Amino acid sequence: MLYAILCYNDENAVGAWSAEEDAIVMRDLAAVQEKLAKAGKLGPVARLLPTTSATTLRKGAGEPLVIDGPFAETKEQFLGFFVVDCMSLEEAIDAARDLARANPGMGSYEIRPIALYKPSELPT
Amino acid sequence: MNDTAWIDDALSGARPQAMGALLRYFRNLDLAEEAFQEACLRALKTWPRTGPPRDPAAWLIFVGRNSGIDQIRRKARETVLPDEDLLSDLDDAEADMAERLDGAHYRDDILRLLFICSNPSLPATQQVALALRIVSGLSVRQIARAFLVGEAAMEQRITRAKARIAAADLSFDAPDAGERANRLTMVAAMIYLVFNEGYSAASGPGSVSSDLCDEAIRLTRLLLRLFPAEPEIMGLAALLLIQHSRLEARFDDDGAIILLDDQDRSLWSRPMMTEAFSLLDKAIRHRRPGIYQVQAAIAALHARAETPADTDWAQIDRLYATLEHLQPSPVVSLNRAVAIAKLKGPEAGLAWIEPLSGSLDTYFYFHGLHGWLLMQMGRHREAKFAFDRAIALSSSAAEAAHIRMQLDRLEKDAVSAEPGK
Repeated sequence: MLYAILCYNDENAVGAWSAEEDAIVMRDLAAVQEKLAKAGKLGPVARLLPTTSATTLRKGAGEPLVIDGPFAETKEQFLGFFVVDCMSLEEAIDAARDLARANPGMGSYEIRPIALYKPSELPT
Repeated sequence: MNDTAWIDDALSGARPQAMGALLRYFRNLDLAEEAFQEACLRALKTWPRTGPPRDPAAWLIFVGRNSGIDQIRRKARETVLPDEDLLSDLDDAEADMAERLDGAHYRDDILRLLFICSNPSLPATQQVALALRIVSGLSVRQIARAFLVGEAAMEQRITRAKARIAAADLSFDAPDAGERANRLTMVAAMIYLVFNEGYSAASGPGSVSSDLCDEAIRLTRLLLRLFPAEPEIMGLAALLLIQHSRLEARFDDDGAIILLDDQDRSLWSRPMMTEAFSLLDKAIRHRRPGIYQVQAAIAALHARAETPADTDWAQIDRLYATLEHLQPSPVVSLNRAVAIAKLKGPEAGLAWIEPLSGSLDTYFYFHGLHGWLLMQMGRHREAKFAFDRAIALSSSAAEAAHIRMQLDRLEKDAVSAEPGK
């Protein structure tokens, strides 16, 4: 079974880390990942940029709305994600628009740039 | 990280929000600071036992407000309020608080807190010192070290600044849209001052001054979370991130400045640049250009060039022309001269800066650039004169060291240019 493990934390507190503190956390996390990778159990890993860099596409009655900032509703749940490689935010928004069109009903798509990406190490 | 590091992080993360709310309650900066201090002390005592509260800021506001009221009453008639351990349902109260202090409240609180530090009647250095003390919670000693002054002098400077803002009339009503926009502009300018203070005094990674740059970026991210749709705040964040991404490359081992062209670009911080580019992308979609967005766009063109030769100087020149239009100033025109010199040669650059010599006569960078242009043209004697003038006007050891390096280069060139060599 494949599992996604999603990280949640207080952005204010994480943002207060010094570069050294941040590096220590990343090093400790890398050690855990290495163990998983060696066992052939590690898929792609991503560290996202802060929510301040996010743009959200929200479906409504007409054309979807493009809103600055992260997804902030609590009545919808996190259901899935895509990783796309785009030249610009505009292109990423277009990709989200296509996904929104193909997906019936309402819902939102938060477009968040990725700070650090490690491709999957799962055996193919 | 040690066991209590998470508490320090939570406290400093929650500080602007908690201080902003406490200032609204008490309408007095000293009282708000005391109340916050007291709340932090209690957090250090309570949190290791109870674990982190769901909303640290709401907890600190609640406890800080109680202790502040306690203080006022104690001073009034020596009555003691119950300890917060005895207040039965702190958890419920906390949830209640968090609900009442909705997003809009928090936003105006934090903006007000930043805004009082941006009072234009305060000189730039006092604005910066005050913001670092009140909003960021840096100690007087830390701030004094960043400014390279004694602790007593800094203490005095901050006290004076506080006295001046206490005398200023500040509205505690929720600001209207116009006033909010006005406050945001002033606050952005103050944050840029904090950054520049750190940027110009830095002498390499890990220095106290570079901490000021980190702090300015943190404050900008905070503003951005409060005002997620303001393109100029996105632009400011992008600008600061790109400037700061070069920290590792900006100085040699002796602490002398390395110019952009000579920097090892592999040392530039990719994550910071990525974040900056994505913010700039977001800002441009609004089609409401402003001074920070344009400066960030210029910085981004430098950042995107893999080698100095790849720099898109024509586009940079156009952006500087836009900036001159948005914010006419001799310093902006001076910066444009570099683009002009790169595009059309040093003669054109020299002709461009000639009319600025009067207004920028006491400006370090003017003479530095003047010398550099003259050196390119082989007018060594005049270049030396300009560099000497720059050294006399330099305000940091790194600046002076950089110019001395240019003078050395000049001498070497002069020797190799002698006949018979």
